Amino acid sequence: MMRYLLRRLAHAFFLIIGVSVLTFLFTTLAPGNYFDEMRLNPQIAPETLAALRAQYQLDQPLAIRYASWVNSVLHGEIGFSFAYNSPVAPLLLVRAKNTLLLTLTATVVAWAIALPLGVWSAERLGRLPDRVISWSTAVLLVIPDLALALGLLVLALRTGWFPAGGMASVDFKSLSSLNRIRDLARHMTLPVVALVLSTLPILVRHVRAAVADVLHAPFLLAAEGHGIPPRTLLYRYALPAAANPLVSLFGFSIGALLSGSLLIEVVMSWPGLGPFLLEAILARDIYVVIGGVLFSTIFLAAGNFLADVLLYWVDPRIRTESASR
Amino acid sequence: MTRRRKIVFWLFVLGGLHGIVLCAGFFAPYDPVEQDRINPYLPPMHLHIVDAEKHLHLRPFVYASRLRPGTFDQYVEDIRQTRPLKFFVAGAPYRLFGFLPARLHLFGDGKERIYLLGTDAFGRDQLSRLLFGGQISLFSGLLGAGFTLSIGWCIGAAAGYYGGWRDDMLMRLVELFLALPWLYLLFAVRAFLPLTVNPLKAFFLIIAVIAAVGWARPARLVRGIVLSAKERDFVRAARGFGASSFYILRRHILPETSSVLLTQAAILIPQYVLAEMTLSFLGLGVPEPVPSWGNLLSNLQQYSVLVSYWWMYLPALVMAPFFLGYLGLASALQESSDAYKIEKRSLGSLA
Repeated sequence: MMRYLLRRLAHAFFLIIGVSVLTFLFTTLAPGNYFDEMRLNPQIAPETLAALRAQYQLDQPLAIRYASWVNSVLHGEIGFSFAYNSPVAPLLLVRAKNTLLLTLTATVVAWAIALPLGVWSAERLGRLPDRVISWSTAVLLVIPDLALALGLLVLALRTGWFPAGGMASVDFKSLSSLNRIRDLARHMTLPVVALVLSTLPILVRHVRAAVADVLHAPFLLAAEGHGIPPRTLLYRYALPAAANPLVSLFGFSIGALLSGSLLIEVVMSWPGLGPFLLEAILARDIYVVIGGVLFSTIFLAAGNFLADVLLYWVDPRIRTESASR
Repeated sequence: MTRRRKIVFWLFVLGGLHGIVLCAGFFAPYDPVEQDRINPYLPPMHLHIVDAEKHLHLRPFVYASRLRPGTFDQYVEDIRQTRPLKFFVAGAPYRLFGFLPARLHLFGDGKERIYLLGTDAFGRDQLSRLLFGGQISLFSGLLGAGFTLSIGWCIGAAAGYYGGWRDDMLMRLVELFLALPWLYLLFAVRAFLPLTVNPLKAFFLIIAVIAAVGWARPARLVRGIVLSAKERDFVRAARGFGASSFYILRRHILPETSSVLLTQAAILIPQYVLAEMTLSFLGLGVPEPVPSWGNLLSNLQQYSVLVSYWWMYLPALVMAPFFLGYLGLASALQESSDAYKIEKRSLGSLA
């Protein structure tokens, strides 16, 4: 058990190192830097700019920059934002919290809908409910996220049922705590709906396929022969047997918590990681970009690791396999 | 429908849709960047065959638009002025398939302009922009998938065929790229390239970025197939006869991987079209005035446009039939390969 987990952990660790090297490599491809725009300003002397560049080590070769960045990461500091003139980590944390609030809710809702829907669809394979579900998931798959988000935004603006974008009303500070929660919920509704609708079809299809795969297995027929009621059969016998691909998928949705909602955040102007990163890209604030990519990679690695642990717990085949090794 | 029929059907659908976009110059009545500044945000003109006096016309026509009296941004149909739709007329010059100079358009009206899908802020014809925008968006998806698959195939085949430390090294790299949050990586790579570039450069930049980020998944799939294919008897026989590695890869292993490559293409192309749309929507892709589905949609970032002019939303929906085609093709392809697998499995259990 420990060896298996340690191997997965080492794997995740190397992944994060690899990503950091890769993002740094890409920064060398960048023509220009954050301070280039200041060159146009006649009030800033070229010497000042050179000094600024030297201060942030932008005039150093890549290897040295990477080494000093790793050094600062080891000291608990993942970079410095030029635009905000402040360390990157606290800036990212605030946005990441907003993103997580959104995506955690959406993930929970999406799985809570997808599991029963997928099982139901697999149970009635080829019959009317299955056909209806298959067709509606196909329709949802075909509509791009962007169209979905924009459509919901139009709905919000036309009807005024929901606020269009943002995370809080202007008078948020003056509201009582109960009203604050209500206000937040109202702002969250549309992005959450957009996220759920964009992830739901994939989840439902996977659940359906996984359950349909085991539904005709001999052990289920035997269990049915023993007179076990269909509901127990479905949820206690079929679903655990179908869990393997679903656990991997679940790990993936945990991993995508930080990176999956980028576009919807931008369209719905949710103050999360997405718009922040976009802004940093446009301003060439490279350490913010590197930090953001690193944050979401850590989440992805953590999601994969979680999936591995869960798989070990859920699927006896993996346990025996790693024990025999 | 048999699987074969399904595949052929979806290929036909996709072929038709892409054909229309490929011949955008012919189907589009105007040049996509030609402005008509006195008609901004003109709503789509409706096609009529019965006029205000209840006379039936054989030739469909539209009414000219004019400003509603007292307003400056609302149009009404002007029932005194009809504009009949003429088919196969000469109009704005364009290049068919990018090189054949032509002037023939499917429909138009020599002097007066007809806007079947309305106009944008500069009075540019939305229909023409949609069609020409499709060229950019679809072909960046197609070319991106083409590059991704070729890079992926080369790396996957090399890893699977040569094995050993090369395989280990390449697969670690693949795992690295697979684990990256790919939209973020796309952004990060794009972030470190020049922001303002001319449209043609931007187009190839997007394709390069997409290919640089996406090659890992096909590489892994191809490697798996090559691993099993290189142990097949006919490959061993060819090697025994002294065939070179290159010959074996090209002649015996490439055909084995073709079904996976096709399925991957059907999955990747829409994903990459979407990637182009996302980048252009956020202003990181193909810049104005050249249309692409992404930058057509970027107008909608202004709330006033989003609420007032519904026809600006059409580029988002035009994607759907293409996606449907690719989804249908991908599932038909997967179905056939799955059935093959099941068949083999059941045969194996009998033996």
